[in-house]
Amino acid sequence: MIQTIYDLITGPTWSPLVFGLIKTTFIMTIVMTSGLILSWVERKQSAIMQDRIGANRASILGISALGLVNNLADALKGITKEDYIPPKANKFLHTMAPFLACFTATAAFAVLPFGGEIKLPGMAQPIALAIAPMDASLLFVFAMLSIGVYGVVLSGYVSGNKYGTLGALRASAQMISYEVATGLTLLGALMMYQSLDFRVMVQWQQDHCWGILCQPIGFVLFMTATIVEMKRVPFDLPEAESEIIGYSVEYSGMKFMLFLMAEFIETLLFSWIIVLIFLGGWHLPGLHMPDPGQSTQWLGLSLGYGPVVVIETLAFVGKVVFLCWFSMLIRWSLPRFRYDQIMHLGWKIMLPIALGNVVLTSVAILFWPK
Amino acid sequence: MATAKMNFFERIYLPEIAKGLAITARHFGRNMYLHTMHMFGLAKDQDAMVTISYPEVRRPYPLVSRSRHRLTKREDGSPKCVACMMCATACPADCIFIEAEEHPDPSIEKRPKHFDIDMSKCVYCGFCVEACPEDAIRMDTGEFNLAFFDRKALIYDKEFLLNEDPYAVPTGAVAIQKKS
Repeated sequence: MIQTIYDLITGPTWSPLVFGLIKTTFIMTIVMTSGLILSWVERKQSAIMQDRIGANRASILGISALGLVNNLADALKGITKEDYIPPKANKFLHTMAPFLACFTATAAFAVLPFGGEIKLPGMAQPIALAIAPMDASLLFVFAMLSIGVYGVVLSGYVSGNKYGTLGALRASAQMISYEVATGLTLLGALMMYQSLDFRVMVQWQQDHCWGILCQPIGFVLFMTATIVEMKRVPFDLPEAESEIIGYSVEYSGMKFMLFLMAEFIETLLFSWIIVLIFLGGWHLPGLHMPDPGQSTQWLGLSLGYGPVVVIETLAFVGKVVFLCWFSMLIRWSLPRFRYDQIMHLGWKIMLPIALGNVVLTSVAILFWPK
Repeated sequence: MATAKMNFFERIYLPEIAKGLAITARHFGRNMYLHTMHMFGLAKDQDAMVTISYPEVRRPYPLVSRSRHRLTKREDGSPKCVACMMCATACPADCIFIEAEEHPDPSIEKRPKHFDIDMSKCVYCGFCVEACPEDAIRMDTGEFNLAFFDRKALIYDKEFLLNEDPYAVPTGAVAIQKKS
């Protein structure tokens, strides 16, 4: 009986649907809870960094779960608060903007792999560990992020508030100018990988060396540009909640929280991308994937196929978690830039360096084709 | 004011940013290590944070700090106060109300029938304590946590000011609670 069901779901008819559903559920669970988890991480990590204790007062039946219940309380508050649409706002677009911001960040995860391929016994085709891997994955991600600007611009523009409009203009100027830098910083790495497919990039890094070693300048620049794209401190000029008013001024309740959630999802998204492009994805030095039934030597251990898959997945998750931690570390260490400093950094410093990096990489590829 | 000129390494930001991140990461590592050790009951002598979990834990206050008043007692438990009105006269906020009556003991002239302090007016100057010839009023309870939903609850009467129970609730507050 069990064998029959197994044959059915691994058969050519049903396997794309079944495994597609499993993978989608897996990714969506991670992405949707990341807003909750990362806001908790942000609170607690900032508290620990600053010798504080952090949010710990909310509890269910006396269990505060290290402050996690606070975030549930926040969600409850967001849902039950008044959802106010200003009379001058365009109702449809005002409602759509936060969803657009959140949707684009989430949709980008469709092409991001979280592992190589796994082979199950009895299946002809290996299963790719990504919802919809495609050759132009990176382009898809960038396309989605570009649409994300619309969410921000719309939210400020249609809310019928001068400050909102100004905030949206600031945000769009910042995001669009850094989109140039983001693309160009990656160009050097793409020239080496010769592909826009994340799986090919990881394979290249497995065969040669990690992107952070071949492209150190590109790594630092891309890291900086992603923080600007995420609109987080030290580049949170669009919101700047402590002194100037940003695009989300006319939003309340869960719609406002959606903007925050989009920010956290983008944190996860960019950590994911950086791991794939610069930190070797799921690859660990010295560890090679054996064929099913074979085993490989690593750190003096003999590992079969299954353990290697698990170790590689854990390595990938560990790298993503580390980068999320690092982005929080930056967020709670550095003071905010001034607006002209951001533009100066983007156009006069990062753009020329990124172009120089492209030239340098071309020369390197020309003389050492390996 | 001229800004100090930055040298090349300061102008390319990155070394300075790395220094800053090293400081915060060091704090994170140290505190995270201590928090983990505390979970297992180790290294209790080192604090992982400077936060004091008020109101469960309170900072020790200096002895000279002035806090809520109390009335001191004679050996028989009656107030030392002789209703001389010195404190009420000295009070710049005019928040002490005393009504005197005859004391049964002929060697003592008067005693207070009512002794109310309106804590919503009190400025904690301590002049009443200085003015008192009998050491009948003191500001050494260590209590300054006065928060109520009604101003009437902040008028402390003689019974409450004589009460030595640190968890006592002012009489006015009790009356308001009973009414509602």
